[in-house]
Amino acid sequence: MSFFARFAQNRGALVGLIILMTIILMAILAPFVFPESPWRMVQRPFLPPMEVEGFPLGTDTMGRNVAAGIMHGAWVSLLIGLVSTSVALMIGVPLGAIAGYYGGLVDDALMRFTEFFQTIPNFALAIVLVAIMQPSITSIVLAIAIVSWPPVARLVRAEFMSLRHREYVEAARLVGQTNRTIILRQILPNTLSPIIVLASLMVATAILLESALSFLGLGDPNVMSWGYMIGAARTVIRQAWWLSFFPGVAILLTVLALNLVGEGLDDALNPKLARERS
Amino acid sequence: MTDPLLSIRDLTIALPKGADRRYAVEDVSYDVERGEIMCVVGESGSGKSMAANALMGLLPKGVRATHGEVIFDGQNLLTLTEKQHRRLRGLRIGMIFQEPMTALNPLMRVGAQIAEVFEAHGQYSAKERQARALALLEEVGIPQPDKAIRAYPFQLSGGQRQRVMIAMALALEPELLIADEPTTALDVTTQAQILELIRDLQQRRGMAVMFITHDFGVVAEVASRVCVMREGRIVELGSADEVLNHPQHAYTRALIEAIPSNLIPQAQSPRQQAPLLEVRDLNKVFRSRGGLFKPAREVVALRDVSFQLAPGETVGIVGESGSGKSTLGRCVVRLERPDSGTLLLSGTDFSALNKSELRRQRWRVQMIFQDPYASLNPRTRVGYAIAQGPMANGVSRRDAMKQAGELLDLVGLGAVAVDRFPHEFSGGQRQRIGIARALALNPELIVADEAVSALDVSIQAQILELLEDLKQKLSLSLLFITHDLRVAAQICDRIIVMQHGRIVEQGSAEAVFLSPQEAYTKQLLDAIPGRATELASA
Amino acid sequence: MLYVRLITMRLLKAVVVLFMIIIFNFVLIQLAPGDPAAILAGEAGATDEEFLRQLRERFGLDQPMYVQLWRYVSGVAMLDFGFSYRQQMPVLDLILARLPATLLLTGTAFVLSLALGIVAGSLAAARVKKPSGSIIMALALLFYATPLFWVALMSVVLFSVYLDLLPAYGMYTVGAGHTGMALVLDVAKHLVLPATTLALFFMAIYTRMTRASMLEASQQDFVKTARAKGLKNSVIQRRHILRNALLPIITLAGLQAGQMVGGAILTETVFAWPGIGRLMFEALQQRDYNLLLGIFFFSAALVIVFNIITDLVYRLADPRIKEAS
Repeated sequence: MSFFARFAQNRGALVGLIILMTIILMAILAPFVFPESPWRMVQRPFLPPMEVEGFPLGTDTMGRNVAAGIMHGAWVSLLIGLVSTSVALMIGVPLGAIAGYYGGLVDDALMRFTEFFQTIPNFALAIVLVAIMQPSITSIVLAIAIVSWPPVARLVRAEFMSLRHREYVEAARLVGQTNRTIILRQILPNTLSPIIVLASLMVATAILLESALSFLGLGDPNVMSWGYMIGAARTVIRQAWWLSFFPGVAILLTVLALNLVGEGLDDALNPKLARERS
Repeated sequence: MTDPLLSIRDLTIALPKGADRRYAVEDVSYDVERGEIMCVVGESGSGKSMAANALMGLLPKGVRATHGEVIFDGQNLLTLTEKQHRRLRGLRIGMIFQEPMTALNPLMRVGAQIAEVFEAHGQYSAKERQARALALLEEVGIPQPDKAIRAYPFQLSGGQRQRVMIAMALALEPELLIADEPTTALDVTTQAQILELIRDLQQRRGMAVMFITHDFGVVAEVASRVCVMREGRIVELGSADEVLNHPQHAYTRALIEAIPSNLIPQAQSPRQQAPLLEVRDLNKVFRSRGGLFKPAREVVALRDVSFQLAPGETVGIVGESGSGKSTLGRCVVRLERPDSGTLLLSGTDFSALNKSELRRQRWRVQMIFQDPYASLNPRTRVGYAIAQGPMANGVSRRDAMKQAGELLDLVGLGAVAVDRFPHEFSGGQRQRIGIARALALNPELIVADEAVSALDVSIQAQILELLEDLKQKLSLSLLFITHDLRVAAQICDRIIVMQHGRIVEQGSAEAVFLSPQEAYTKQLLDAIPGRATELASA
Repeated sequence: MLYVRLITMRLLKAVVVLFMIIIFNFVLIQLAPGDPAAILAGEAGATDEEFLRQLRERFGLDQPMYVQLWRYVSGVAMLDFGFSYRQQMPVLDLILARLPATLLLTGTAFVLSLALGIVAGSLAAARVKKPSGSIIMALALLFYATPLFWVALMSVVLFSVYLDLLPAYGMYTVGAGHTGMALVLDVAKHLVLPATTLALFFMAIYTRMTRASMLEASQQDFVKTARAKGLKNSVIQRRHILRNALLPIITLAGLQAGQMVGGAILTETVFAWPGIGRLMFEALQQRDYNLLLGIFFFSAALVIVFNIITDLVYRLADPRIKEAS
């Protein structure tokens, strides 16, 4: 069975993929549908949804178009999710690979380091980092990457530890292949599928983290983000519920879609597990 | 005189869609009489355990009996409700499994797990259950039963755990005991003890036993009657004497002949050449690093091991698990570094090479591995897997791939196999690929670590034949590590017996097998299942 | 005896981790853009050059780096986290005053999420492929994907604004002057919404984990043994499968403790719960970095305590570990 056929067997994953495609499309189309900055005041404030044409989701406390904010926000969420996950992989994969392959003291040192980062409460660390580096896309991406690499390192390490004594790896060592070749060509390709699955879930978590940071007022002040929209509307929740409601639904759908896609990838990449699970 | 205790009639069990065949077993019929041991024999995939699982109501999900009946004491078990079935399990039919390491709940004390059997069938008070559990542990011969009853499974050895399993299965004196490969995971000497225990209990209690195994040696030890299965069908059915000594079917004959032990090795002319490999006083201790508050643990794997191997010679290293035989092999190929001692390979001290020097010289000693499913990288094409060795040693990709094709041809797979992935091959074929890979570098010495242990007997015979053939053609020198003395007997010129990291005895294969000097060697030889029958018929 | 040794070991490790966090804090202050004196003062009176000079002297910022580090480390070791110029109080006093509220909230949410998650997960595992099992898992996925602060806000709208069932802000009714039992009830009422919203996300995690872990455990050989004994399915589920499945969940619960402290920052912010999470939000808004770093240190210490507890529980649950240590 082809990869996609296995993926599509999980109906939830297919739904997730469709939602995700829609959100990506939203992000791409945002500058065309709403060419004006989402920060611009365009109508009177507190306009409820569906009341005035062109403002299906109403306006916020400053008279900004909520629909425009949501479409532009999609771009920010996806970008931060993807970039911070890539950075986290760039930290976690090499660390985990080296720790798992060499073992011994190297492993001990690297794992103490990883454990330290795992002990520190994630979100509090991200807050402190962004607050002190000053909020910007770069500092947010860095902070999210710094708090989310430890699980990658642990996963890759565990995979490497279980594979490094596999007979085909020992055979490679016996024919005189270098450690570099063994790590890159024999072991790493066989750890890719769990890494891909974890990465798709990490993008989801990163989006949640970004929105939580923006909610607390730690978003990049130059870009419109879903978390910022909810945070800005927090104090007026009694008068204007929709200001918090719609961006929240957007986050929820994105994160849900990514999780569904992640599960589908898991089924498609590890067909044996999927069969056992059902 | 009476009806059989268990009667299986035209049983057909369907596999789920997408399996490699439609039926696990097809139109199978046999009986188990009261008080007999019925052996169901077959290689992996023969469907030998299926009928047992069906009658216990323990068929895996998606697998179900579509036709036939299983009559136990007048009752068709296939039509029982889950509740009725449950009342039978443990009470009238007991079962033991292959893996004693995983068959017990790791978080429950042994006594509680035995007492559970009484509880499941509402028998006795809590106190009485404990007392009976203790009596059972005594009966199955566990040392210090009063301590063992409070032990967790991880505190017992494999053989002891299997005894606990037997105690559990026999707790309510069932009329039928199903033993599904109960000794396969055990060492030979432990296997002999467990077989004796089962035979003994069967006679004392007069129960019927359905004994499922792949090993004709074990069959010869215990069977009253034998049912041989292949690909879901019965090949031959009859008394133990008939089937073992006068097999009618070609497949049965092939299986019995495939047991290597029927050959007693020919004496080899002593060689006068300089040794290819000379091992002197090898020592290796495994240490688990202690922590701040944790004492370090030491396991001695090799103690003053010395031996020689002449060019063109095959030396067998035999021993049970924990004897250090695998560590010895891994030291010789330098996957492990010995603590002390020398490994002279045609004069070079292989144990003293530094990292880069070692990498350049590694081609001189290659290895054939045990597990055909783990020894090939699932993402690498077979040809490339073989070519990697020469390429790492400076051969061009084109030449290396061409050579890989030739080698695949040599091991009987054909050069077309180069472009295929490992998962397209069976276990035996993969082992051939592993052999081709070991040959690719033209090594001076090949270490085969349990190279045929994971294979079915008939496949085992083919691989041994291939090795024998290659030995002649290429005058290979082989260090052959195995736990199976019958295999060693077939292929080795000289035998080294190891126990607890030491060499107990070494000599020509003939001398070690026919006139063993040491008590431990004798014990090992006596423990080989089926040996008594074999010698009688020889 | 064993436990004494174990706890000493864990405490030693905790001290090392906390020490590293102190250094980490110190490095952060150095790395931050701008004048460290201004940062420590929370940019209070950043224009007043004289005040900044005094600060530099006071914090020893005119001293060489290693002296500064030593002063900072020894200060924190003596539980001196400095002074919050915004709130005009020592950081330690501020935190200690807020700590009980956070402990109450996270403790309640932790127990609630673990208990409900394990129950829901076992139900889902026992009902694999049945609609009820799928519904549980769909709900778990939904809660897992929902931003915590958004659930909090929406529950304020629903339960407090529209239904008027539960109080949405604070820890007790201001000015009511409740005492004794009435006070307990009042706090409990205020606790319902924050604790539930905080628990939902973690409940989702534990539900998914429990189900996966139970399905894995049910594949084990000893389950077949248990069935061969003739045990009832419910007994097998509880005594054999669930017991073995719980071990990885305990480990996970320990790891999630840190996330829970993070989640508390969001819930306390929305519900104006007077804990250290809310304090952190206030510190953020006022750019009171000294207070922020103090809270950061305390939240890490809290996680370490959680970790030690789960470690001990794990050792109680798994006999194999006792032997090994």
